[in-house]
Amino acid sequence: MSAADTTTAKVPPTRQSPPPPAVAKKPPGKRSSGAGTPWLLLAPCLLILVLVLGYPLVRLVTLSFQKFGQSQLWGFQPAESVGFDNFTKVLSDDEFWQVVVRTIVFAAGSVIFTMVIGMAVALLLQRVSGWVKTLVNIALVASWGMPIIVATTVFKWLFDADYGILNALASKLPGVDLIGHNWFASGPQGLAVIMLLVVWGAVPFVVITLSAGLTQVPAELEEAARLDGAGAWGVFRHVTLPILKPIIVMLTTLSVIWDMGVFPQVFVMRNEHPEAEFQLLTTYSYDRAFVVNDYAQGSAIALLTVLLLLGVVAVYMRQMLQIGDVE
Amino acid sequence: MTAVNAVATTGTGSGTTSGTGAGSTSRPRRSKAGWNLLGLLVFLAAGFPVYWMVNTAIKPAKDAIDPDPSLLPTGFTLSNFSRALDIADFWGPVGRSLIVSLSVVAIGIVVGMLAALAISRFAFRGRKVVIVGILAVQMVPLVAMIIPVFLLLNDLEQYDKLTGLILTYLTFILPFTVWTLRGFIVNIPKELEEAAMVDGCSRTGAFIRVVFPLLAPGMVATSVYGFIQAWNEYLYALMLLSQKNQTATVWLGNFTTKHGTEYAPMMAGSTMMAVPIVVLFLLVQRKMAAGLTAGAVKG
Repeated sequence: MSAADTTTAKVPPTRQSPPPPAVAKKPPGKRSSGAGTPWLLLAPCLLILVLVLGYPLVRLVTLSFQKFGQSQLWGFQPAESVGFDNFTKVLSDDEFWQVVVRTIVFAAGSVIFTMVIGMAVALLLQRVSGWVKTLVNIALVASWGMPIIVATTVFKWLFDADYGILNALASKLPGVDLIGHNWFASGPQGLAVIMLLVVWGAVPFVVITLSAGLTQVPAELEEAARLDGAGAWGVFRHVTLPILKPIIVMLTTLSVIWDMGVFPQVFVMRNEHPEAEFQLLTTYSYDRAFVVNDYAQGSAIALLTVLLLLGVVAVYMRQMLQIGDVE
Repeated sequence: MTAVNAVATTGTGSGTTSGTGAGSTSRPRRSKAGWNLLGLLVFLAAGFPVYWMVNTAIKPAKDAIDPDPSLLPTGFTLSNFSRALDIADFWGPVGRSLIVSLSVVAIGIVVGMLAALAISRFAFRGRKVVIVGILAVQMVPLVAMIIPVFLLLNDLEQYDKLTGLILTYLTFILPFTVWTLRGFIVNIPKELEEAAMVDGCSRTGAFIRVVFPLLAPGMVATSVYGFIQAWNEYLYALMLLSQKNQTATVWLGNFTTKHGTEYAPMMAGSTMMAVPIVVLFLLVQRKMAAGLTAGAVKG
């Protein structure tokens, strides 16, 4: 009892300041022991996170202000501070900006397609017969559960220039000849295939989460809106969407984070050596660090990627905090 | 309070068939057959890559490299599977993946459970900061961390060791475990614990006798899910282990050599990696959807 009662803190979800949570509401006369208990419970978790996440995170920052290459790695030379050199070098490089734009376009495209298709399928699932629903769910879960690396391998096979089923099937359509077409000859086409792979893998999570959310939309509200003369779109726009908003924000933010972090899909699809036209921020940073052996510049790029994500994360955090406060 | 009944529950408004479907506004009323047809198309699109993987895996290898492939299975053989097992040591990488994933889950669930309890059942100064912190670390892209993690493990002489990999996997399993377990815990009414305490249980006793049994399914689901995530990880496994210590995901890369790719055995290898995971996934995903979205929508 005691402190536990206040966890639920009848706190308005939107409150931002972190005051001692509703101590005043603690029922009088209850034990107030265990102020240290929660910290004791948290200790192992925090310890691990600080060691393997906190420290590297700090290291990432310091690294990006140093000169750190092969000789520093082997300890032949000490790492020396170079100020903003790495950043100036990266930011003044045209290729970097191309990569940034490419990454944003790629991530935005993946997120938009994922969310729109996910929402459409979730709504569709409410309207189909039970057996169709079961079939779709099985297919969705199968694609969701597929290891990314397996999915990537399979898509590589589907889009194979010579033996891929896609070229063969599409060429059966009148006026289409894709026999021997190499989807990866150009960056935009190849990235479109990779985007398809990303969307295919991401839609199930969105559908399943949104379906769960849709069951929470009160039928009476929809009914009332319909009686008031709202059409299908009106009901969706003014009833369903507002209720699902927290889930949608959460899903969109997560998708942005995941899609900005796409790595194995590109890396494996391009046989571990993505061409310049295929580089996204993640592979570019990897390339700088482990191919060119400039760990410092790789870190600078990684850090810039993280900063780029921070804006999105801020929105997400607010949402999750509200969720954490609701119960 | 917000037990989201995941996929199984039919949507509340499903009986009233008015097309709310995005893009179908022009035809507000359609028979169910139309929706079903659309649903089947979704089924085909989502399921086809999986079907094609299995189909390629079981057909004779020479049929896999037919420029005009047949959509239906052309035969049944297990030779691709035995070829896949031969290509490089298969059980070594699988064994290593098992060790890593199971250790990560075991540590993650114990440590994560304690932390989840702290943030869901206690009010304390700094709780919000902790929640933000745990959520924030989920935001850090793994790829961004690979360079410093590589250097850290290098310094600790944990490079190319499974223990190093286990440690790094905890960074993404732990926050996830804490957050989902929190979701399961808050779905258990506190009144149950309080009642037990009124009846004379200590706080710990109440937890062990009342909450723990109710939480067990959620813990199993979280464990399985965490296991899958650890099992599927690719980048760290590739970067932090050498060829001789590779794990199962990296093992799949062995089918592509300078002389080309052996697609049929590769699909057999993919099938062997995917099927157990997908089955596990099927078992727990409903539970997970509920845990992940707990509190997302007010019930």
